[in-house]
Amino acid sequence: MTVLDIRNVETFYGAIMALRGVSLSVEKGEIVTILGANGAGKTTLMKTISGLMDPEKGSIEFNGTRIDGMDPDKIVAMGLAHVPEGREVFPYLTIEENLRMGAYTRRGADIRNDIDLVYSYFPILKERRAQSAGFLSGGQQQMLAIGRGLMARPKLMLLDEPSLGLSPLLTQEIFAIIKRLNAEQGVTMLLVEQNANVALHTAHKGYVLEMGRIVMAGSCEELRASDDIQDFYLGRQEETQRGQKRWKRRKTWR
Amino acid sequence: MELIQLIIGGIASGCVYGLVALGFVLIYKATEGVNFAQGDMMMLGAFVALGLVNSEYWALPFIPGVILAAAIMGGVGYGVDRFVVRQIFGQPQFALVILTIAMGFVFRFAAGAIWGFTPLVLETPFAGRSLQFAGIIIGFEDLVTIIVTAFLTLGLWVFFQYTRIGLAAQAASQNQMAAYIVGVPVRRINSTIWALSGVVSTIAGVLYASKGAIDPNIGLLGIKAFAAAVIGGFGSLPGALLGGILIGVVEPVAARYLPSGFSQMSPYIIMLAVLVTRPNGLFAQIYAKKV
Repeated sequence: MTVLDIRNVETFYGAIMALRGVSLSVEKGEIVTILGANGAGKTTLMKTISGLMDPEKGSIEFNGTRIDGMDPDKIVAMGLAHVPEGREVFPYLTIEENLRMGAYTRRGADIRNDIDLVYSYFPILKERRAQSAGFLSGGQQQMLAIGRGLMARPKLMLLDEPSLGLSPLLTQEIFAIIKRLNAEQGVTMLLVEQNANVALHTAHKGYVLEMGRIVMAGSCEELRASDDIQDFYLGRQEETQRGQKRWKRRKTWR
Repeated sequence: MELIQLIIGGIASGCVYGLVALGFVLIYKATEGVNFAQGDMMMLGAFVALGLVNSEYWALPFIPGVILAAAIMGGVGYGVDRFVVRQIFGQPQFALVILTIAMGFVFRFAAGAIWGFTPLVLETPFAGRSLQFAGIIIGFEDLVTIIVTAFLTLGLWVFFQYTRIGLAAQAASQNQMAAYIVGVPVRRINSTIWALSGVVSTIAGVLYASKGAIDPNIGLLGIKAFAAAVIGGFGSLPGALLGGILIGVVEPVAARYLPSGFSQMSPYIIMLAVLVTRPNGLFAQIYAKKV
């Protein structure tokens, strides 16, 4: 079943066209990753999906309902949680209040259970639950942002650069948890990541975004095996027969 | 003895400055914009209450009249945000400054057109009565001002700390983007804060009016309240209140013990001194985002 279906989406920053007709789909239970360099349009795509930006053209369907142009609070209430780039926590609220804010669109007693569930994935948050979120370290703030996203009981979670600014060890830890959440809680995920290596080992399917266009799509095994991905995203350092690096090799899609 | 008398009176008038400053800070925290019509909203609130309560107008009983006035001004605040301020969303800050200054003039002349420019007195049940002990005389209106301010502050604190909307308003002021994505209807929250600020300034206006006559130009008190908010560190609610009380106390004390003129200058001298020595105000919340 298709959870998210994006067709021909074009988004502008003023006169600048950031997305030039992007189409992609996410199936239920999958982790889908979007790779791309700085300025490729990854974050714009995430913001367009979650309603922070409105597309000029194209359609976005979430579980069969058109959500393009809707306000972000309505979209969250439908079960689409966005964990934005750069740990956007509420700095003066405590960790527990931050988590409660994540469940803002829900009412009911099971919010308490969900907080405990988040604490079971991120024990450090439980330890520091009465502290202001602004005092957490960067990695802990990222955990809090992911936990806050979970509090919405999302059917689909958008994760924008969860590894930004984290140490390699912490990155691995976060991605292990992302994998567990997907397997144990059945959360479908759309993951944007600069670290192509870890993303391609976490996700099931991948898209490559360049200059606002999807230039490649496939399962993560296919992508990992592709020469273009290896050269331009995984940083393969292979010598040619002439003993030089192939600086000028062209990508197949250009 | 004389000093204590001055200080008590100063605290009472400082409470009014503090409440208007609170109105500034509420809106600033929620929307990062300054409402320069805050003083005029206080004036309008006082006149609406006067129109409802005074015997030559509607002659409602005092308490229901004031509550109704606060509700009306809450509606005015909500409407101003919903239909005026929201339209210039995304424009430079300066647009909001000019817009609110212009709005202040509109309020001032609207009040003048309805109630006239001659000073009027709000009829209060506690006018002219006073308590006396140990040689100190405390006017009922001063006592009421201090008590009401204390309860209002407590009420606001409970609202922001323990209610769903209050928490959402805090969240929206701390990180607007994150508030959007957890599902807070940020724009509606902003309008609610404007409404709240209208209610607070109405109560400030009624308390101010209980001390003497009012005319449409009392809105200029907003400038003093602005100084109070700056002293407290724009963005801190307790800071705004304490800044107001500080100004309220210093003014009469300076008038009594310093050469003439210092009293009127004192709020701004304190503001300058605070800005030079502690640019973030006395009670700033300081937080640098980790990257």
